[in-house]
Amino acid sequence: MLGIYLTALVLLPIAALLVKSSTGGLGAFWREVSNPEATAAIKLTLIAAVIVVAINAFFGTIIAWVLVRDEFPGKKIVNALIDLPFALPTIVAGVVLLALYGNKSPVGIDVAFTRASIGLALLFVTLPFVVRSVQPVLLELDRSMEEAASSLGASQFTILRRIVLPTLAPAIISGVALSFARALGEYGSLVLITGELPFKTEVGSVYIFGQIQDENLPAAAAVSVFLLVIALLVLAVLGFVLRKRSQHVL
Amino acid sequence: MSFRKYGVRTVALGYLALLLLAPVAMIFYRTFEHGLSPVWSSITQPNAVHAFWLSLEIVAIAVPLNTAFGIGMALLLERGRFRGKAVLGTLIDLPFAISPVVVGLSLVLVYGKTGWLGDWLAEQGIQVIFSVPGMVIATAVVSLPFVVRETMPVLRELGIDAEQAAETLGASAWQTFWRITLPGIRWGVVYGVVLTTARALGEFGAVSIVSGRIEGQTQTLPLFVQDRFENFDPTGAYTAAVVLALLALGTLLAMNLLTRRTHRKVAV
Repeated sequence: MLGIYLTALVLLPIAALLVKSSTGGLGAFWREVSNPEATAAIKLTLIAAVIVVAINAFFGTIIAWVLVRDEFPGKKIVNALIDLPFALPTIVAGVVLLALYGNKSPVGIDVAFTRASIGLALLFVTLPFVVRSVQPVLLELDRSMEEAASSLGASQFTILRRIVLPTLAPAIISGVALSFARALGEYGSLVLITGELPFKTEVGSVYIFGQIQDENLPAAAAVSVFLLVIALLVLAVLGFVLRKRSQHVL
Repeated sequence: MSFRKYGVRTVALGYLALLLLAPVAMIFYRTFEHGLSPVWSSITQPNAVHAFWLSLEIVAIAVPLNTAFGIGMALLLERGRFRGKAVLGTLIDLPFAISPVVVGLSLVLVYGKTGWLGDWLAEQGIQVIFSVPGMVIATAVVSLPFVVRETMPVLRELGIDAEQAAETLGASAWQTFWRITLPGIRWGVVYGVVLTTARALGEFGAVSIVSGRIEGQTQTLPLFVQDRFENFDPTGAYTAAVVLALLALGTLLAMNLLTRRTHRKVAV
């Protein structure tokens, strides 16, 4: 029963995708991926994902820090709200961002149909990943090490650089990996806010969607597989780095 | 020292306010800025009502299926002994690494008219793509890993002592499952079900592809939001979005209550 369900839902569809992307051989696959519009969309997706992930690593760690080490009224509510982007439907995320940062923006910031909108939407939907992976590690982090360093005369910055960040690094990396994979495939939150303009704001998933609508399934399948392979590679490489590190520490 | 502390707090909370809080607050304001009557008329229009019930119908089928599968698969991965366990685990997680759009595409390639099973399904008179069955499948795929992933750690923590004791005392495997295992893992399962439901209600990309987006027929609530927005009916879009946002806030509340129940790791 479990096998049939898994086959119908995951195995068979993935197999069909792989077969579709490779029916014309490597040459056909490459032609689809190197189509100018496809290449532009893939490049844009990768660049946006890298930028967003870097911002996430920084702000995600700071937010986790504040949630664990700081005390302020309403902290519990802020902590609960971190998961909102996971609970909120992606299309609603797009509408929500447009309500404040769209063409009728009450604060005069209109990012609709610009490349900045891609970053904004991706930052919104990937916000919880780094926070939620750093938070538990920070909670377990033994403060006596920091206190020892401090009493030995280490500056705040040195303690951060030599003690705190190295301990948090694996958690930051795994949060970054999840954000990256999510950013590569994100669709719903980008549909309305980016305007889906080819060569300007069209990311990979939007390009794939367009090819499906045009019944150009080989092109859709090729770009899908290409982006999927990148996502899995990044997850695998970062997973390998994490395992290496943990062995090193032990 | 305190300047540094307040500085970090201001940066963190300011970022959250600009990215998360202000936009969400804004949508509530935008929805109700012209009073309640336009909200009421857009929430009661036939297509909105239909989309709402269709979303619930899909959730009502996909979530129980994924729950049964999730518990079974968690038991298999946690208690079973066989080769290729890691591969199976990776396969279960795959829907999280794949774009919803790619999920939709791969389902079309299997169940669509020109797909692998297209001819056979047509002979049986079953339409999957561009109809509700396809939307249920798409929803089930994207929310597949939640129950498995939330149940496995609880199952590990539960251990097998009580199960073995029950077995020794002559309980059948079925009795052991209903009387010992399931009560022991129920909060983990419920947490997984909450996440599955939230994801299922909000799924957009995969459902968009397999549904064909036919108004009043295969339009779920998230698809209705897009349709209203693109047809210059912001109130309609905002209202439906607010309904979904309220459901999401309800999910958050449920998650937090359950976190206390299960003593999960993120406790503040």
